[in-house]
Amino acid sequence: MHQFELTKKVPLELFGYDVSFTNSSLWMLIAVVAASAFLIMSMRGRSLVPTRFQSMAEVIYEFMAKTVRDVCGPEGMKYFPFVFTIFIFVFFANVLGIIPGSFTTTSHISVTFALALTVFVFVTLVGFKTQGVGYLKMFVPEGVPLLLLPLIVVIEVISYFMRPVSLSVRLFANMLAGHILLKVFAGFVIGLGLVGGWAPLAFMVGFTGFELGIAMLQAFIFALLTCIYLNDALHSHH
Amino acid sequence: MIAAIVAAAATHAAPQSSGMPQFNPAFYPSQIFWLAISFVVLYLLMSRVALPRIGEVIEERRDRIQRDIDSAEKAKRETEKALAGYEKALADARGRASGMAKETRDKLTAEVDAEKSRVDAQVQAKIAEAETRITATKTKAMASIGEIASDIAGAVVGKLTGSDATPDEVKKALLQVSSK
Repeated sequence: MHQFELTKKVPLELFGYDVSFTNSSLWMLIAVVAASAFLIMSMRGRSLVPTRFQSMAEVIYEFMAKTVRDVCGPEGMKYFPFVFTIFIFVFFANVLGIIPGSFTTTSHISVTFALALTVFVFVTLVGFKTQGVGYLKMFVPEGVPLLLLPLIVVIEVISYFMRPVSLSVRLFANMLAGHILLKVFAGFVIGLGLVGGWAPLAFMVGFTGFELGIAMLQAFIFALLTCIYLNDALHSHH
Repeated sequence: MIAAIVAAAATHAAPQSSGMPQFNPAFYPSQIFWLAISFVVLYLLMSRVALPRIGEVIEERRDRIQRDIDSAEKAKRETEKALAGYEKALADARGRASGMAKETRDKLTAEVDAEKSRVDAQVQAKIAEAETRITATKTKAMASIGEIASDIAGAVVGKLTGSDATPDEVKKALLQVSSK
């Protein structure tokens, strides 16, 4: 489990809590710097005919903007920066984690759960802000027999509070599983040696590409679910 | 599935440490603290700098393309207008040319007609003059006939009777004959 091990780089304490700067913190900051550098530097020219990097930044922007607009409607664009930040952070954290020797911050449940909880709290606040108490109607689906209603409401409430759990565990488990699999196969490479080691090595090369896809897809799923939750918060269901 | 993965990971990790680092609460405050800082910094950078800039460029490009399309359409309309004007001018010129041709033709016809009638009139006048002259000559000749007849009649009478009849008697006798 060496690849998931946290090591303190700079010991730090705040209000009695240990908030040391770890390798995980370092890779979070690297993700922030990489994402910002990519999105800000590439737009430096602001050219009408985009350069390679600029057009990549624009494609990501338009892609996320389209997702938010399609899922949440035009009102959702108010929260586009939030969704975009979630997406780009998870995206860079996932992709940077593929680099051998790096640290995948999103393979830690504490990180993904904190992110999911942020989404959860944010969406709940937006829901009460736009719909007021009416947001609670979400737990009372229409057309349900009165007898079943108490049960349904309980289930709806539980499923609402399970959102951050499913959101965080999905991302965490995907990142974890991919990395463990790569490590297991890396062990096979050593174990089979020069003679048979090539097969698992070839698999690892292919699987790394697959992991890159997973990294992007999971970032998108995280952002898409955020959009779907945001849509619930913005529009009442009847 | 997740449980299986976690279990596998846990057994795999067992010899090295007391469990998965993910479930070591000692690091939770640090993880959350640095995540919060990273996320807030990234959010500010995205919402204040990166996203407005990208949005602006995309917007500007869209505007520019729209402007270009508009100006292209304007140019097209102008071209069509110019073409219509040209065709109208061409039609006008053609109309004027045919008008001029017709005018010239009419004028020439009129001139020819005038010349013809003038010549006709001249010919008529000449014919009339010739006729008067003929008539005059005829009357004069007719007038001379009486004298010649009386002369001849006088001569005939003188030869037949041997005595000359006076011209007055002859004239009287001729008048008597011709009045019958």
